[in-house]
Amino acid sequence: MPDAKNSRLLSGREYIGVDKIDGPLIFVRKTHPVGYRELLECVDKNGHVRLGIVLESSTTAVVAQVFEGTSGLTLPGTRVRFSGEPLTLSVSREMLGRVFDGLGRPIDGGPPQRGDVERDINGMAINPTARQYPRDFVQTGISVIDGMNTLIRGQKLPIFSGNGLPHNELAAQIARQAKIRGTATEFAVVFAAMGVKHDVAQFFVRSFEESGVLDNVALFLSLADDPSIERLITPRTALTLAEHLAFTEDMHVLVIMTDMTNYCESLREISTIRGEIPSRKGYPGYLYSDLAELYERSGMIKGRPGSITLLPILTMPNDDISHPVPDLTGYITEGQIVFERDMNGRGIYPPVAGLPSLSRLMKDGIGQGMTREDHPHLASQLFAAYSYVKDVRNLASVIGEEELTPLDHDYLEFGKQFEQRFVSQRKDEDRSIEQTLDLGWEVLRTLPVEELHRVTDEEIEKYYGA
Amino acid sequence: MIDRIIGRIKRVNGPVIEVMGITDAEMFELVRVGEENLIGELIKLEKDSAVIQVYEDTTGIAPHDPVYGAGMPLSVELGPGMIGTIYDGIQRPLEAIRAISDIYIQRGISVPSLDRQKRWHFVPTARAGDTVSGGAVLGTVQETENLQHKILVPPGDEGVLESIVAEGDYTVDEPIGVLKINESKSKELQLMHRWPIRVQRPTRRRLPLEIPLITGQRVIDALFPVAKGGTVSIPGGFGTGKTMTQQAVAKWCDADLIVYIGCGERGNEITDVLAEFPSLIDPRTGRSLMERTILIANTSNMPVSAREASIYTGITIAEYFRDQGCHVAIMADSTSRWAEALRELSGRMEEMPAEEGFPAYLPTKIAEFYERAGSMEALCGQNGSVSIIGAVSPPGGDFSEPVTQHTKRFIRCFWALDRNLANARHYPAISWLDSYSEYLSSMTAWWEQEVGPQWFADRTEIMELLHREIRLQQVVKLVGPDALPDTQRFILEVCTLFKNAFLQQNAFDKIDAYSTVQKQAKMMHIIATYWRRGSEAIKSGATLMKLKKMKVYQDIVKMKFSVPNDDLSGLDKIEARLERAMDQVEALHA
Ligand SMILES: Nc1ncnc2c1ncn2[C@@H]1O[C@H](COP(=O)(O)OP(=O)(O)O)[C@@H](O)[C@H]1O
Ligand SMILES: [Mg+2]
Repeated sequence: MPDAKNSRLLSGREYIGVDKIDGPLIFVRKTHPVGYRELLECVDKNGHVRLGIVLESSTTAVVAQVFEGTSGLTLPGTRVRFSGEPLTLSVSREMLGRVFDGLGRPIDGGPPQRGDVERDINGMAINPTARQYPRDFVQTGISVIDGMNTLIRGQKLPIFSGNGLPHNELAAQIARQAKIRGTATEFAVVFAAMGVKHDVAQFFVRSFEESGVLDNVALFLSLADDPSIERLITPRTALTLAEHLAFTEDMHVLVIMTDMTNYCESLREISTIRGEIPSRKGYPGYLYSDLAELYERSGMIKGRPGSITLLPILTMPNDDISHPVPDLTGYITEGQIVFERDMNGRGIYPPVAGLPSLSRLMKDGIGQGMTREDHPHLASQLFAAYSYVKDVRNLASVIGEEELTPLDHDYLEFGKQFEQRFVSQRKDEDRSIEQTLDLGWEVLRTLPVEELHRVTDEEIEKYYGA
Repeated sequence: MIDRIIGRIKRVNGPVIEVMGITDAEMFELVRVGEENLIGELIKLEKDSAVIQVYEDTTGIAPHDPVYGAGMPLSVELGPGMIGTIYDGIQRPLEAIRAISDIYIQRGISVPSLDRQKRWHFVPTARAGDTVSGGAVLGTVQETENLQHKILVPPGDEGVLESIVAEGDYTVDEPIGVLKINESKSKELQLMHRWPIRVQRPTRRRLPLEIPLITGQRVIDALFPVAKGGTVSIPGGFGTGKTMTQQAVAKWCDADLIVYIGCGERGNEITDVLAEFPSLIDPRTGRSLMERTILIANTSNMPVSAREASIYTGITIAEYFRDQGCHVAIMADSTSRWAEALRELSGRMEEMPAEEGFPAYLPTKIAEFYERAGSMEALCGQNGSVSIIGAVSPPGGDFSEPVTQHTKRFIRCFWALDRNLANARHYPAISWLDSYSEYLSSMTAWWEQEVGPQWFADRTEIMELLHREIRLQQVVKLVGPDALPDTQRFILEVCTLFKNAFLQQNAFDKIDAYSTVQKQAKMMHIIATYWRRGSEAIKSGATLMKLKKMKVYQDIVKMKFSVPNDDLSGLDKIEARLERAMDQVEALHA
C-alpha cells in the first residue's frame, strides 16, 4: 500500500465492533455517511488488516464485503475504517515480471510495488465513439483457430471448456505463438487466476519461462485455497493493469483469465447471502452486466497504438453450454472457442468443436490483404461441409455405414480428414496461415467439386485443382 | 438550473436510491443526485419518501447527500440535429461527451442533446394569425439532402399564432414565434421542443397496415414480411444472427429513417455501425446511410438503469419523425437486456418477483412498448409509421422463457433464429418452420402489383415443399435417402437448392447483401420452375442425377452472387436456359 493511501485511511474514523457477520459480509451500524462502493479496512483483534468494499449504505447501516474473508473476525473485536475512496490500484510498467495476489499486492518476495498512477479498479465505460473497431489478424499457428475462428487483436474470445480438458495448454500455446505478421510490437501478458490450483498457475509460469517471456508477464493469483471472495476483485485488478499497459504505455496486452466459472460462483455466493432474488440456477440477475463490465474493458482505442485482447477460460458445468455462465459469456464476448469432450477422447488436440465455435470479428480481419483472398469462402465451405458430416454420422449410426450413398461416404472421409489433419496438431506446432489454408483445401478434395457451393469457380480452379 | 432540494438520501443500493424527507416532488421527475449531479428519475413516491433510479454509476454516493428536482419529467429534446448522431440511453450526445471526458464516460457530465450553437435555415409555412394546434407544421428545415425536417407545434398546445419569424437561420432554442394560448397565456415557440419519454405522442388515428417494409433480405421479404408500422421479434441464442439481421435491415430497408438502439450489447458493435454506415450508400437515395440513422447506445458496460430508459428514448424520437410523415424503423438490440434491467431495478426495490425473477408488470411494459408502433395519420394530417424490430436473447436459446413468450403475445411477426442453421453457417439463420408473419395476407396485394401475380403462387408452392421436406427428412433419418422414390428425393433436392440459392444470403457480399423485390421474385420463379418442370421430367422417366448435373443448375446456385440488382437480364437468361434444358430432358423421355 502506498503511504498516501495509508494516511487517508487513518484519517478516517474508526468504528469498534461490527453488528453482524454473515459469510464474507459485515454489517456496521451507526456510521457517518459512507459512500457506495467505498473501500474499507477491517482490522481483526490481532491487528491484521483486511480490505473490503461497501455494497450498500444507508442512514442506519453499512453492508460491506471483506475480500480476505471473515474467518477469525469477532463482533466486538473488529475495527472498521472507511477510506472515503473506491478501491484503487497503483499501476506501472514495473509490474511486469512480478507476481501479485488477487488484490494486487506483491507475493513474490520482491520489493513493494510503487505505481505511477492510481486507478479505480472498477474501470469506467469506454465511450463507443472512442473505440477503434479491431481488424488485425493474429496468427496463433493453430489451424482451427486461424482458419475457422480467427482471433483478432483486441478481441474478447473465451474458451468454453470442461474439467480435465486441455484449455490451459491451448491458452499457453496461443500466448506463446500469437503474432501479428510483419510487425514487431511491444507486448505483455496479464494473467489472472481465480480459484484454480497451484499447479495450474505453475503450468503457466513454466510455459512463460520456457518461451522466455516471463519478464513481460504480470500474474495475479487468487488460488483455490485463497478466500473465494477475493476472486471478485482479481479480474478487476488484472484488467486495471492491462488498461494502463495498453492505453497509457501503448503495449499490446493479452489477458488470460481462468477460471471464470469460479468467479461467477463467488458472485452467486455473495448474492445468495444478501438474499437477492436469483434468476437462473441461483445466479444473480446482474451476472450479465457484471461480466460485461469486465469483458468490455478489452478492445482498441482510436489514436492509441495499444490493445487488450482477452482470453477468458471457463469450465462449463456438466459440459452444458446452456448453463448460465457460458451462456451469458457467449452473449457478451465476440465469439467462443468451444471444447468437445468426445474429440478429446478421440485424441484430437485441440478438441475444438467445429460448429458451436465462432469468431465474430473474423469477418473484417481475413481475406485479401489480410490473410488470403480465398479465406472467407474456404472457411464457410469447411463449416458447411463439416455440419453435413454430423448429419451423415447420425444417419450412419441408425442405418449402418454400408447403407450410405457414395456421396455420404465422401463426407465421412472428409470429416475424418478434417478432424485428424486440419484440426489436430501438436502442442508445439506453429502453422502459418498459408499452411492452414492449403490444408483446408487438401481435406476439401475428398469431396466432389459439385458439392462446393460456397467457393467461387476461380478459387476452385486455383486451389482445389479442377 | 436545478437547485430545488427535494429530499436527502436514505439508502444507496447500486443504481437504486431511497430518498427521505420529500417535500414536493413529482412522479417520474428528472432529478440530480449528490454533489456530482448524477442524473436520475423518480420512480416511486410514498408519503415523504421516494425511490430514484440513477442513470450513472453511484460509487461514492452516501446517505444524507442532497437530491435536486428538475420540475419536469425525464424528456428528450426533439428538433433538428439528431440525424447521424449517437446518443447514450438518456439522449446525451456521445461525441460531445468524448470531447469533454476523452475515452471513458465520466459521471455527471451535462451536455445538451441538441447543439445550441448550430444555426438551421428555417422556412416558415404557417402565418401569424393562423389558429394552430399540437402537431401542426410551423415551417421546415432542410436537415439533410433527403430529409426535410418539419417544425411542429408541440402536441398538447393550441392557440393563435401571434407571430412567427421570417425565413432565416436560427438555433434550436431561439424564439421563432409566439403562440397565444388564451387571453392571459402565451408561449414562445422554438425549433425544438421537449417530450417525456414514457408518454406516447398523440396521433389522429391508426391506419391499416398494407405496405411491406422491404428489407432486401429474401427470407424476410418473400417468406415472412413485415408491414410498415408492424412489429417483429427476432429471438435467438448468442451467435445466431440477431445483430447481423438487424444491421442488414437497418442498412437496406426502405424506411426514411432508422433509429438503432444498442441496448445492453457490445461496444464494438456500435463502433462497427459508426465505422460502416457513413461509407455505405442508401440505394434509394444515393446518399450515405448515416444521413438517415440515429443511434442510441447503452452498451453492456454502461449503467443498467439508462438501459431501461434507452428503449423509450429511441421510440420517442421515432414517433417525433413519424409525426412529420416519415416512415421510421426501430431496431432494438436487445429487448431482453431492457427486460433484465427492469428485473434488476425491481429486485433492488425489493418488489415481489413473478417468473424467473422478472417483475409481474413485465408483460404490461412489453405491450406498452410495442403498442407505440403503427401506421398513423399524424396530427399534421400526413401519414407516417413506426415499425419495431426487437431482438430477444433467450437464456440458453430456450424460447419458452418469459421475455420471448410475452413478446410473442404482442408482436405479429416472428423471425425465429435457429441454432442448427447458424452452426451450419446457413445465414440468415431464420427458421422457415418456426417463423411466421401475420402480415402476409395483407401484403400480397402490394407484391402482386409490384412483381405480378405469379409471386404468390410460387411462394405458396415452395413453402409447401419446405413443409413436406420435414416429413421426408424424418423418413430419411430412419432408413436413408435410398428408400425414397425419385419423385420424393427430388423434393429434398429442390429444398436444398432453395436453401442454398435463395434463403441463404451473405451479408458481406457486395451483390448479395440485399435483393430488390424484382430480383427476389425472379429468383423464386426460377426455382419454382425447376421444381415444376423437373418433377414432370421425373414422372416421364428422367433421373435425379440428370437434373442435378444440368449445367444450368450451377448457374441457379450462384445467381444471387452473379446477377446484380440493377440488371436482372442475367436471371431472364438463366430462366430461358432452364426451360431449354428441361425441354431437352423431356424430349429424351418423350
Ligand atoms: N447474414 C449473415 N451473413 C453472414 N454472416 C452472418 C450473418 N448472420 C450472422 N452471421 C455470422 O454470425 C455471427 C453472429 O451473428 P450476430 O448477429 O452477431 O449474432 P447474435 O446477435 O444473435 O449474437 C456474425 O459474427 C457472423 O459471423
Ligand atoms: Mg447480438
